[in-house]
Amino acid sequence: MDLNNSSTPRSLSREASWGYDHRMINYIQNAANQGLYEIRGLGAKRQLPHFDDLVFLGASLTRYPLEGYREKCSTKTVLGTRYAKKPIELDIPITIAGMSFGSLSAHVKDALGRAATAAGTSTTTGDGGMTPEERLSSKTLVYQCLPSRYGFNPDDVRKADAIEIVIGQGAKPGGGGMLLGQKINPRVAQMRTLPEGIDQRSACRHPDWTGSDDLTIKIAELRELTDWEKPIYVKVGASRPFNDVKLAVQSGADVVVVDGMQGGTAATQVVFIEHVGIPTLAAVRQAVDALEDLNMKGKVQLIVSGGVRTGADVAKALAMGADAVSIGQGTLFAMGCNQETYLQDGTHYSAVDDYTALGTTPGHCHHCHTGKCPVGITTQDAMLEQRLEPQVGAQRVKNYLQTLAMELTTIARACGKQNVHHLEPEDLAALTIEAAAMARIPLAGTNWIPGA
Amino acid sequence: MDGLTRSNDLTFDLAQMPLRDVNQFLHHNVESGQKITILNPDGAHNIAVGLDAPIDLDIAGHAGYYAAGMNKLANVTIAGNVGPGVAENMMSGRVHVRGFASVAAGASAHSGLLVIDGDASLRCGISLKGADIVVGGNVGSFSGFMAQAGRMVVCGNAGDALGDSLYEAIIYVRGDIKSLGADAQLQPMTDTDYSTLEELLTKAELTYSPQEFKRIASAKQLYHWNANAHQEY
Ligand code: SF4
Repeated sequence: MDLNNSSTPRSLSREASWGYDHRMINYIQNAANQGLYEIRGLGAKRQLPHFDDLVFLGASLTRYPLEGYREKCSTKTVLGTRYAKKPIELDIPITIAGMSFGSLSAHVKDALGRAATAAGTSTTTGDGGMTPEERLSSKTLVYQCLPSRYGFNPDDVRKADAIEIVIGQGAKPGGGGMLLGQKINPRVAQMRTLPEGIDQRSACRHPDWTGSDDLTIKIAELRELTDWEKPIYVKVGASRPFNDVKLAVQSGADVVVVDGMQGGTAATQVVFIEHVGIPTLAAVRQAVDALEDLNMKGKVQLIVSGGVRTGADVAKALAMGADAVSIGQGTLFAMGCNQETYLQDGTHYSAVDDYTALGTTPGHCHHCHTGKCPVGITTQDAMLEQRLEPQVGAQRVKNYLQTLAMELTTIARACGKQNVHHLEPEDLAALTIEAAAMARIPLAGTNWIPGA
Repeated sequence: MDGLTRSNDLTFDLAQMPLRDVNQFLHHNVESGQKITILNPDGAHNIAVGLDAPIDLDIAGHAGYYAAGMNKLANVTIAGNVGPGVAENMMSGRVHVRGFASVAAGASAHSGLLVIDGDASLRCGISLKGADIVVGGNVGSFSGFMAQAGRMVVCGNAGDALGDSLYEAIIYVRGDIKSLGADAQLQPMTDTDYSTLEELLTKAELTYSPQEFKRIASAKQLYHWNANAHQEY
């Protein structure tokens, strides 16, 4: 027996601490060196109860499945039916989440618009306003009204197909946007009315309203301004979704967007990303409870986001009661985020050296905040942004969305549904006690829902 | 023709007609230079939001939230007090409040001129993005919070935390300042400041001397959050 084998230390003199492991020691020493918190991109990295902890109960003797290829299964999705004269009609219940021009390059915004249009879904602007490129490439564009109001203007409100009032996001409920100086190039600065190169911290509260009574009037203003045509979404970061969704509905929202803590960001303090907010799984259930409590299910639509990656995730969100999902990070990975190479004129080039220069490797990168994205996605650098060719990005995101939609209908058919919106909690079982309690879905093989 | 009724002058009575219909008319059916009066506003919210034409609009009384919100091109006069967010996110034109204004007057306005004859409450000019605001009376606390561009003239006193986290906007105050916010500082007046004040006071029909005002602008210490950190965060 080798007591000194470092990979399986059995000697007490080599016992690692659970509380002060390598990561924690590294964290403390970084803090000691810098006197400043870490900022990074993307979402929570820690393991959380998630859609993976649920499974579907396919049809068998008690119910009939549909033929996988022959029988129709509708994915059509309508959002904003409550008050808007012109609701949003989508071919699939999978939308693209708000991500700013500034955090993303103009190429990427363009690619996302083209992909969404090809897949029959919507895309969303972000902090910093609407670019002409994304308006042009997106058939259906949701325009965000954020606390910062950077670039916000009535002409773009009129050009939008829907308006999303952003109260918060899952990566940082209670925090405002952040864009570090290295990403504020002249165009970004001009759109946001800010000096070039400054570290920009957006407001975390809206400037012209406080509280849900005010929000009611703010929503009415946007409706008056657009002659009651456009759906108004309200987006909240998941912290107290039961109460927040109720307040959003009472304020007059057509659609509520709930973003769980796995939701991504372009730049935020790590402590915020990992320690504020609740998992998407818990948030969906609370949001659906709120709609049911108000008897508004089906009248106000629910969009869920935060770590939705696969067709199975989409199906589970829908089965739990969401009307659609929204994806941010998944589209970035589809375009080549964390990939070893980038494509130029059909040839792959290695980006590994650029990952190394950021102190990371493909598969571990979360350096969107630096503006030095090795694959040209989250950058404003004129050279780097060339690494993402819009038509390539658009094709890959379209393929990704198409795959998710196919996976979604595969599951829906297996559960005997002609319409993906007919998936229901009854189709699900939970694999862990945590997921059972959060999703209020029985633990597989039992009728047990902890806490119910 | 001034003072006379022109053939295309119009009057809407909010006691008779729903606000939604009035706003819709103002969005789609007005002609340049048209003079329009809104009677019995009665404190309604969202009166004349989203104007997009060079018209002269008179609101004959008090207005609620977001009066003339997101205005473009129009010249709006309100013969009373207004609720929160008057002329919020204005893009151009002019909004003149004859009375007092509640919180967040001129919030995030990009351009144009907002004149308030009386006092303005908390957060006047918050997130200002290039518009000019002239307040004949006092402004409440947190006015000019995170103001990015534009000019604010306060002829009375200012409350606490004036100009907190200012970017490039400039604030002029004639009276006392209870306290300055983070990163806001008093700076010496320059010739440009005097001529700016001359211009804005004239436009607002006020007769104070530019010499009576102090200049508040950003010390720019918050532009880079921690310069010692070598951008390593
Ligand atoms: S590869 Fe680019 S988009 Fe992906 S995490 Fe790194 S910097 Fe961000």
